[in-house]
Amino acid sequence: MHHLDIAGLEARYGEHTVLSGIDLTVGRADVIGLIGPSGSGKSTILRVLMGLLPPVAGMVKLDGEGVNYADATQVRRLRDRIAIVFQQYNLFQNMSVLENVCVAPVKIKKRPRKEVEEEARALLAKVGLGDKLKRYPDELSGGQQQRVAIVRALALHPEILLLDEVTAALDPELVSEVLDTIRLLAKEGMTMLIVSHEMAFIREVASRVVFMAGGKIVETGAPAQIFDAPEHARTRDFVSKILRH
Amino acid sequence: MWSQIAEEWPRFATYYNLVFIAKAAGTTLALSALGCILGTAIGLALAVTRVTRSRWLAPLRILALIFTEVFRRVPFLVTLMLCFFAFQATGYDIPLFAVAAVSVTVIAGAFLAEIIRGGFKSVHPNQWEAAATMNFSLLDTIRLVILPQAWRIVLPPAFGYFVMFIKDTALASQIGVIELTYVGKVLNNKGFSAALSFGVILLVYFAISYPLSRLGVLLEARLASSRHRRA
Repeated sequence: MHHLDIAGLEARYGEHTVLSGIDLTVGRADVIGLIGPSGSGKSTILRVLMGLLPPVAGMVKLDGEGVNYADATQVRRLRDRIAIVFQQYNLFQNMSVLENVCVAPVKIKKRPRKEVEEEARALLAKVGLGDKLKRYPDELSGGQQQRVAIVRALALHPEILLLDEVTAALDPELVSEVLDTIRLLAKEGMTMLIVSHEMAFIREVASRVVFMAGGKIVETGAPAQIFDAPEHARTRDFVSKILRH
Repeated sequence: MWSQIAEEWPRFATYYNLVFIAKAAGTTLALSALGCILGTAIGLALAVTRVTRSRWLAPLRILALIFTEVFRRVPFLVTLMLCFFAFQATGYDIPLFAVAAVSVTVIAGAFLAEIIRGGFKSVHPNQWEAAATMNFSLLDTIRLVILPQAWRIVLPPAFGYFVMFIKDTALASQIGVIELTYVGKVLNNKGFSAALSFGVILLVYFAISYPLSRLGVLLEARLASSRHRRA
């Protein structure tokens, strides 16, 4: 059974259609790389999946079970299983690093604080932030904040992790520390949807690459196929432009 | 003027007069405290109501909107009269203090609702989104994420309003509540000079409101130095 099934998904911002007819299946431990020009709807897919933008048509199935985004209970259950990391980190500015990671598991999922803190410390140490537990988001660099955001998502024990251009807001020298973290997750078998402009990284880490343009999926395939032998002119154009940089 | 006050003082500073003033100060203080505390609670409830999204809370949202918009625009004195006559129409013998207390609470609630809502708005939308995707309920989001960041924005205007508000309770004298301003008028009518009667009242008002603004400054300083920064 597919882990995530998306069929005919459509979404709008007001009158503007941002996704039209998205079909995508994601297997367990798949790492899907979503690429495409700005405004092609990559990030919107993640927002719709997360229930931040209600779809106007189509179907999302999690483990074969349909999700009704108009039903708050179902959205809550979905958010128990899928976590998202935002481009702008969205860390809680009033909480320390440790509290950012622990707040949802402790206060919302009601897990014992001691156990959660232990896990949080271990995860933060793993991404090289073991000495920043008491720091606040605005005292950290972008790369450090982004790693905290990833750890915060992982502490929720998601089955699927959505990563929305997690390196786009970072200085080049900070990108690699975040990518290392994601690489590690892929190795551990986390199902992931990654929106990114880091083509070399997508090529390395993704099991499948999805090229989008104008709110539609143009082409899907193995990284080698999309980057080396794209079928569609649109994909070819995009890939040749972006690889030249 | 000073010699006149000095001449009046022995007659003025009787046990009876001082108790009279102290009791009135107590009434003013009680009205102010009720307005500030209940008003903050009501303001918070109204502000939270107005940021809800669910469809079946829409009527409540509209009520909250009407409440804040109406009572912020109606002069305090008019609200006071409205409450006064509304209570009178019920036919029960309701103490004047209760009428005044309800009016000040209603007014303070409406004003503080807007101040608090402004504070909510000042917190970056991505904080709401992050909380939503982690299954925070609305109240958890407000309590754990939004309020701790909004305080900095809310405190200065809120305390400014509290201080203004203490002065506004003087209007309760218009419906016969024996508070400070009322007592000033009575003492003046008893033959004491206006300078003395209202001078003493002025000092008492100052004694009530000055510590409050100091508290505001103190809280602001504490929040500014603590780590509650905005996104």
